[in-house]
Order: sequence, then structure tokens, then C-alpha cells
Amino acid sequence: MIHARGLTKQFGDLVAVDRLSLDVESGEVFGFLGPNGAGKTTTIRMLTGLIAPSAGRATVAGYDVTKEGYELRKRVGILTESPGLYDRLSAAKNLSFFAEMSEVEDVSGKVERYLRMLGLWDRRNDEAGAFSKGMRQKLAIARALLHEPQVLFLDEPTSGLDPEAAHLVREFIAGLKAEGRTIFLCTHNLNEADRLCDRIAVFNSSLVAVDRPAALRTQLYDRIVVFHLREVERHFERVVREHPGVSSVETMDAKLVVRMDEPERINPELIRALVEAGADLQFVGEVRHSLEDVYLHLIGDKGDSPEEKAGDADA
Amino acid sequence: MHKVWVIVRKEWSEVFKNKLVLFTVAFMPLMFTALPLIMLAVTAPSESMSGLSSSDMPASFGAICGGMSESACAQYWLVSQFLILYMLMPLMIPVTIASYSIVGEKSTRTLEPVLATPVKTWELLTGKALAASLPAVLVTWLGFFAFALGATILATSPEVVARFLDPLWLTAIFVLGPELSIAAVSVAVLISSRVSDPRVAEQLSALVMLPLLAVFFGQVTGFFFLNETLILWMALIMIVIDAGLLFFATQLFQRERILTRWS
Repeated sequence: MIHARGLTKQFGDLVAVDRLSLDVESGEVFGFLGPNGAGKTTTIRMLTGLIAPSAGRATVAGYDVTKEGYELRKRVGILTESPGLYDRLSAAKNLSFFAEMSEVEDVSGKVERYLRMLGLWDRRNDEAGAFSKGMRQKLAIARALLHEPQVLFLDEPTSGLDPEAAHLVREFIAGLKAEGRTIFLCTHNLNEADRLCDRIAVFNSSLVAVDRPAALRTQLYDRIVVFHLREVERHFERVVREHPGVSSVETMDAKLVVRMDEPERINPELIRALVEAGADLQFVGEVRHSLEDVYLHLIGDKGDSPEEKAGDADA
Repeated sequence: MHKVWVIVRKEWSEVFKNKLVLFTVAFMPLMFTALPLIMLAVTAPSESMSGLSSSDMPASFGAICGGMSESACAQYWLVSQFLILYMLMPLMIPVTIASYSIVGEKSTRTLEPVLATPVKTWELLTGKALAASLPAVLVTWLGFFAFALGATILATSPEVVARFLDPLWLTAIFVLGPELSIAAVSVAVLISSRVSDPRVAEQLSALVMLPLLAVFFGQVTGFFFLNETLILWMALIMIVIDAGLLFFATQLFQRERILTRWS
């Protein structure tokens, strides 16, 4: 659905986007993560035909972003970083205007549908300027959806929202994902990306990494399993260390912190071995590196150490 | 053209909720209609014109009066100054609306969602230009109708009324007025798409009134007088100027620059 090859944007001497190549499949929710000023918004603007690339090419929904911007804009929806609503117009008039501009056939029907879907129907005649941040963001998302775009670009959809409003918006995006929409999601909220995205790209002017969140974790970090014991005896560590597939083992308080390749295969054998060695196992749990760790690792900061992680792990 | 009217309707819905803009649109025509009528009322009895003789008027104006009586000529001279103000109205009223049209949308961050829709540059700019100029032209015409009606009652003689309805005035009000309005709005849109501060846009756009003010002072001081030939030439020249301004406004409206270079 989105195919970019060597997409580059230069403003004078500043290279905002450097040779970006990526593919986003139909129905995929693709997270685009990067620090402030990384070029995420510039990338969205290029992919939606708002600005022209300095080099490279891209197609979105089958349309060339440089040559077919007009047709492209009929097929993409964009939630800009700021909701950008007409404060003096009512919610319904805001949507009606954009529906007509986007050549929607059943304007009033579509406006009603999305206002109801987002819980704003009762406030349809209120001026957008009187809305809370969360309501404004929902209205802006509705605006991006009115013409049933093939690809939806969301630029920081929960930025600046309180937790409740952010949760509502996130739920709505999850609903769109369930409908099979193709979504290109720029966000700073790594938990949000982890939860919503099928794949993520870490981007800092150029592409740093792109994969499924779980795959990125595996690529970057060993898998760590923590065995909580009633009491740790010295020979338990040896039993574990000698097991094939175990990379390392450390004892921390009453826990054995074990790095290994395939916990799914090795864990049952290790549990059995530990029990046979006389260990009283209380819990077994895997330490999961957060997407934040992955992100920080890729961007430059290495994130929390495994030891810190294991120390924090409850199970 | 459908999107042009969608933009016009949106602009009106938004702009006319602003009481200050409504006041601007309504006040000037009311004032420019009331003032010449008051002047006609004050100078209607010929006796009251006794203080004003042909020597008080620019010497060359007498020729324009033709066979009119001295008092009628004096009355016509006084009120004819308002012709320029009627031409100024469709030029002044839309400047505020138009200069905010692009910069305002950028500062409220509504421009990017608009540009993300399948709208062509000419549709966007024409919609904004019409939204600003149509109300100005309409209120100017309404003001002139009210003035013409009042003049038939208050003027010294039918000859004076006939002068207000002659080709000079009608061309100025119904042809040159809209042309000036289009020029003013084009300049305002053009400036507002090149600067990033709405106040700068408004102030620069206001400069478009200077040539007409020069005409006003030229006439008041008797340097020259508007006549049918001059108005006709102005109307023809304005067609070319309008076409050029509209072309440049469209050419100079660079979406990318507006989106990426404004803070």
C-alpha cells in the first residue's frame, strides 16, 4: 500500500529525510517512531503529496506522491500533529466542510456516522472551539476518515491528551485496526506503538530499523527468564549453567536470572532439572524488554540493563 | 466550481461569526451612504448654498457641470467626492478578511488539513477571494442604491440626481468597484500567502488602497476630475491588472513553502 524507495527531503543544507525505503502492506498498522525533529512529519507530508521529495520516489495506494498528488489526496486521510479545526464552526460544520472538499457523496450521512461513532453526535452543533483536547482530537480523526481513505496517516494522535482521552483515541485506533485499515502511525508513545502496530520503524532522519516489535526485541536482546525460588542453593546455578541453550545465569536474591535462546523449548527441561536438584520453584517468568528499551537502544541510549530489568521483575 | 463555493460558504460561516468583521462590513457602507445624504440634506435648499459659489470650486469643475445651476453644480461637486469613497469601499472591506485568509489558516493550523484535501490551488484562492470580495461589493451596491434613493428626495434638482446615475457613476460603482475589489483581494491573498504574520499581511494589504487615495486627493485638490473616459480606461486597465494579480497569486502560492517555512 505504501512503497518508498530512497525518499529524501532536503531543506537547504539540512537533510530532513535521508533515503528512506520502506513498504507497508494493506491492512497493516505501521508505527513510525523517532525523536523530535527526526523527519517524521516531513515523511508524512511527502507520502500524502503535500510536499515534494528532493529525491527518491514513493507510491501510496498505487499513486505516485510526486506526480499524482491530487488523486492521492482523495485516497489518503491525514490527522495532522495539531487538530486544525475551525473553532468558530460547529463540529458538524467542520466535518461537512471537509467532507465536501474530499468529494464525499453522502455528506450528511457520513458526518452523522462518524460523529456517532466517536460519541460527538450530541455535541454536533457546538463550536469546535468549546471542545476539550480529547474531543478535538476525535473530531480531527473523524475528519481524516470521512472519505473512507485507503491509507490513514496519524501524526501523534494522542500527543498532549490526558490519559482518559488518550485511552479513548487509542481504543478508536484499535477499532480501525480491527476493520483492516492501513494505518501509518507516528507516535512518541512507545506503549501505544507496541500495542497497536504490526510493525514499527525506528527513524532518525534515516531508517534505523524496521520489523515487528517482538522481532526487534529478539534481535537486540537475549531472552531472559527469571526463576523465583524459595531458597537458592549454590548448585542450582551450576545445574542451569550446564544446560544446553543457556547463555548465562546469575543469582540475584532468591532468583536465578537466566539468558537463553529459546525459552519455549528450554524452560520445561530447566524446570524439571531444578526440581530434581531440590529447588522449590515459586514462579517462572520472562523479562520482556519494553519497546522503549528497544527504541532507546536503536536511537543511541542503550536502555535499562538486563539486571535492572530482572531486579524489577515480579514474575 | 463546487469546491470554490464550499470554501466561500465556509469562510462566510466562520468570518461573520466575528462581530468585529461584521461591524467592519456594515459600518463603512452605512457611513459612506449617510454622509453624502446628510450633505445633500444640508445643502438642499438653494439658500443654504449661498455661501458656496463657483469660485469655491476648482475652476475646471464648472465645465463638468455643463448647464447646471450654480447651486446644483456646487451640490454635485460636494457629493461627487463620495464617488471615490464608493470605489474605496469594495477595496477596503475585504482586505481584512482576505489578508487573514491564508495566514490566519496557517496560524490556527487549519491550512494543512485543507491542503491535504483534493483541492486545487486556484479553487482555494478563488474561494477565498470571492468570500472576501462578494460581501464588500454587495454592500457597496446596497449602499449606492440607498444613496440614489435618498438623493432623489434630497438633491437640489433632478439634474443632480441624473448625474449620480450617469455612466460615470454607474461604471465606477458597478464595473470598477468589483474590479478594484478583486485586485485588493488578490493582493491580500498574495501577500498573506507569502508572509507568516497576519498583522503584517493586513498592514501590507492595506497599501493597495494608496493609488485610489491618490485619485481621491487629486480630485479634491482639483488636480484632475474623474470623467467617463477616465473611468472607462481605468476599468479596462483594471481587467488586465486583475488578470495579472490573479495569475501571480496562484503562481506565488507555494504549498510547500507555506507548510514548511512558517513557524
